[in-house]
Amino acid sequence: MTLLWIPLLSLIGSVISSCTGKLSRNQTTSLTLIAPLCALAIAIYHTPAVLSGETIRYTLNWIPALGMEIAFRLDGLSLLFIFMILGIGSLVIFYTRYYLSSNDSMPKLYSYLMLFMTAMLGIVMSNNVIQLWLFWELTSISSFLLISYWWHKSEARKGARMALAVTGAGGLALLGGLLLLGDIVGSYNLDTILASRVLIQSHDLYELALVLVLLGAFTKSAQFPFHFWLPHAMAAPTPVSAYLHSATMVKAGIFLMARFHPALAGNDTWFILVAMSGLATLLVGAYIALFKHDLKGLLAYSTISHLGLITLLLGLDTELATVAAIFHIINHATFKASLFMATGIIDHETGTRDMRKLNGMWRFMPYTATLAMVAAAAMAGVPLLNGFLSKEMFFAETLHQQVLGSMSWLIPVLATLAAAFSVAYSARFIHDVFFNGDPIDLPKIPHEPPRYMRVPIEILVVLCLLVGMFPNFVVDGILSAASLAVLGDATPEFKLSIWHGFNLPLLMSFIASACGVFIYIQRKHLFQFQASLPAFNAKKTFERVLYSVIKWSQDKIQSTENGSLQRYIVIMLGVVLLCAGWPLFEMGALAGTAPSTPIDFHNAIGAGLLIIGAISTVLWHRSRMVSLLMISIVGLMVSVAFTRFSAPDLALTQLTVEVVTVILLMLALFFLPQRTPKESSSLRILRDLGIASAVGVVVASICYALLTRPLESISDFFVANAKTGGGGTNVVNVILVDFRGFDTLGEITVLGIAALGIYKLLANLPLFMPASDSEGRPWARERYPILLSSISQSLLPLALLVSAYIFLRGHNLPGGGFIAGLVTSIAFILQYMARGSVWITSRFDVNYRKIIASGIAIAMFTGLGSWAFGRPFLTTWFDYFDIPFVGETELASAIIFDLGVYLTVVGATLMILASLGKLTADAPKEEVNI
Amino acid sequence: MELLYASCVGVLVTCGIYLLLRARTFPVVLGLTMISYAVNLFLFSAGRLTINKAVVLGTGADYADPLPQALVLTAIVIGFAMTAFVVILAIRGRADLGNDHVDGHLVKSNNKEHR
Repeated sequence: MTLLWIPLLSLIGSVISSCTGKLSRNQTTSLTLIAPLCALAIAIYHTPAVLSGETIRYTLNWIPALGMEIAFRLDGLSLLFIFMILGIGSLVIFYTRYYLSSNDSMPKLYSYLMLFMTAMLGIVMSNNVIQLWLFWELTSISSFLLISYWWHKSEARKGARMALAVTGAGGLALLGGLLLLGDIVGSYNLDTILASRVLIQSHDLYELALVLVLLGAFTKSAQFPFHFWLPHAMAAPTPVSAYLHSATMVKAGIFLMARFHPALAGNDTWFILVAMSGLATLLVGAYIALFKHDLKGLLAYSTISHLGLITLLLGLDTELATVAAIFHIINHATFKASLFMATGIIDHETGTRDMRKLNGMWRFMPYTATLAMVAAAAMAGVPLLNGFLSKEMFFAETLHQQVLGSMSWLIPVLATLAAAFSVAYSARFIHDVFFNGDPIDLPKIPHEPPRYMRVPIEILVVLCLLVGMFPNFVVDGILSAASLAVLGDATPEFKLSIWHGFNLPLLMSFIASACGVFIYIQRKHLFQFQASLPAFNAKKTFERVLYSVIKWSQDKIQSTENGSLQRYIVIMLGVVLLCAGWPLFEMGALAGTAPSTPIDFHNAIGAGLLIIGAISTVLWHRSRMVSLLMISIVGLMVSVAFTRFSAPDLALTQLTVEVVTVILLMLALFFLPQRTPKESSSLRILRDLGIASAVGVVVASICYALLTRPLESISDFFVANAKTGGGGTNVVNVILVDFRGFDTLGEITVLGIAALGIYKLLANLPLFMPASDSEGRPWARERYPILLSSISQSLLPLALLVSAYIFLRGHNLPGGGFIAGLVTSIAFILQYMARGSVWITSRFDVNYRKIIASGIAIAMFTGLGSWAFGRPFLTTWFDYFDIPFVGETELASAIIFDLGVYLTVVGATLMILASLGKLTADAPKEEVNI
Repeated sequence: MELLYASCVGVLVTCGIYLLLRARTFPVVLGLTMISYAVNLFLFSAGRLTINKAVVLGTGADYADPLPQALVLTAIVIGFAMTAFVVILAIRGRADLGNDHVDGHLVKSNNKEHR
């Protein structure tokens, strides 16, 4: 359980520090430091057990059947990284307090830093590969936020975007690799995967999985040729660089390789891929670092080079090489973090990081200079410092490996060459900045930084010295534990010591140092040579590639999405035709076995009217009023068909809806052009007719095939239970309000939402009022015919009575809330038409939105009411009562639900029509032409 | 009878889709309405064509399938809501853009006249 708290604490810390806007700088820093320090305490509490070789696990099952779990583990490797993440993280937080100017938001940076810390802790502690990947992505995202912290600078935004693009792409590759691994092993649990080495490496997909995982690691750890993002990420504030680009983020890739070492390493593919990539990175980074005038640029390329060194070590085929790799992870983190922080101080105090301007800093800040020089010496691999020890081990292992067969001697030679450049750029760092004459045009007069700004560097430099002088005492325990976690039983015996006697590695060190100093002294010639090379700007190239990709996809999108809705519909219909039509060809016979009914005269007449109506609608569609009349014939015939085929409920609904729809469309026609211009070419008409007929034929065939097959229905259940379970004899209504009441609740909600959407669409509508119809005839002067108004007024109570009757009988006879609601609506619409909305509103001022809301609420609470009786949502209850003068009557709670349906239908219908009709009354008096 | 019914559905779909493919809003609304008729008839036909069968319990031995009827009933009401929404959208589009083309491009030249 305590394991979970390590990442959790830092996540909580991220939230806490984002809320510290009002506090002073010291308070903010102290509050932020609490979480990592507590987490560090937990890690220290577990240290003795881990050092003795134990692996602590914590698993929280989530969906066991899918292998989904929240799983953490703590072994030597995790512990080592936790110490680096939390230890250096705390130092960086402390350092940031002095680094940030008062204009920069401290809580924001702290919050991002802690979020990043959470992500890193998650990576190193995950015991489930999917979970590991999630944290991996979180580091990409949080590092994006950190690099773009100074978002007003273009280079920060571009650098952040580049880092995100490269590491994000690598993250996708990693996901692919992890999924493959999980598939091969049959589990996403890390323990299982690490224990399945033979199974994985003998699998056909091993190479693919390996390459994908390595792509993730190489992009994150800036390995050649993906190294280009790291220098551009230097646009981040220096504390961020010290944290992300020395100790943590770029080490995540290294961690990944070390973590999967037991499962993936140990064969030639691994050796070649990892060692060669590491070697190339080591050389390229060390060479370019020498030419960078920007201090952080130099450190960035030096970091790339050292990451290459670690990768190369992980790729070598000796066990001690892996130990050396882990050792160098520690050493690089300590000296590089302190160098970044020292650079931050120099930048902070002088206002520049350009080594052509920064000279002779020794006189201004001797104390800082000493610290930086010790760290730089560690980077160069000077004896008595930690860098020396791991470099000696590195040299020794390059001599022992057999990766390149007979050409294996190349590796130690190239390693020495890279080490020489490493000495040269370290020398440049020391000599150019702290000596080499006087400063040139500094923006500020430099002086020593605030006392406490140096404390984190002091701690790290002391660590460099302690490790360098007493390696056994300081790092032996954690190094052994971490190596055990990576190598398992194959962990070799090793002894860290400063002096191994006169041997080949020492000679290589000596050659490298001598050459390095020589290169530095002769640097003028090299710089001239470098300047004569064609310039290569990674940022510009990256952006060119990026923009060409974007351009390409935009072209592709524009060629398919040209904004024409007609075209989209044609494409969709084509897909429909293909998907629905194709199976018809594979079906043997269209007609089924069910006996067909003969055509009688009435049906033939009805069908004929329907077809004539439909075709007339199309023929006269440019004359809109006529086509509206024609389509109303179709609607009428549809309701007749429902009557004919034993569906009185449907017939009533269709009829009433038809009335409302036609009124609505006529109203709409008032605001729309009366005629449709002739636009389609003959070819277009032919194409549309073809598509429409094809779809029609397919639908008709399916319908025919369906109709001629015997009926197998689940409806017997509803028929059998309608009376006994739902208390009603109208099965359709019982289904609506009882069996499928939840559906109906959803449906009236949709109706309410549509009505509200219409209300919103009609709000602030810029009005245009035609003064006459399309023929130029003015509208009738008498807006409200007296005959209509007097008849409609007397009809209203009758219509309401009918509606109440239909509503009440709905449970047992055709009717119900839907139909009753529509009848009521029509009665009111008639009043609107006869008297105008001003007249109605002055007598009957109702807010239809409230009616809709109350309808849905009633239906909802009827459903919720059944909870009070311990029943599921929308269980209905009914019983029989003897009511005086009425006789025995059945009362069901479903009728309250139906009341909700009724109110929603009335509210929605009236709101739609009344608010549209009201527009004509509100219209400005001046007449505007269409 | 079945053939006639299926043909009616097919004709409705054909006419509906042809109207749906027009470039102006009002024919498209009519097309949608027509397609919803067709869909409702199609869904209804899942209960097969039953003439003179009982719909209320106790009025006969042989019942018409109530389930498609219940589904179609709500479909009719929802279809009305959809038609209403689309037609109001068309009105709004006409008012805001100055024309009633489905693609909704703003007519800049004579926009003021229309408002």
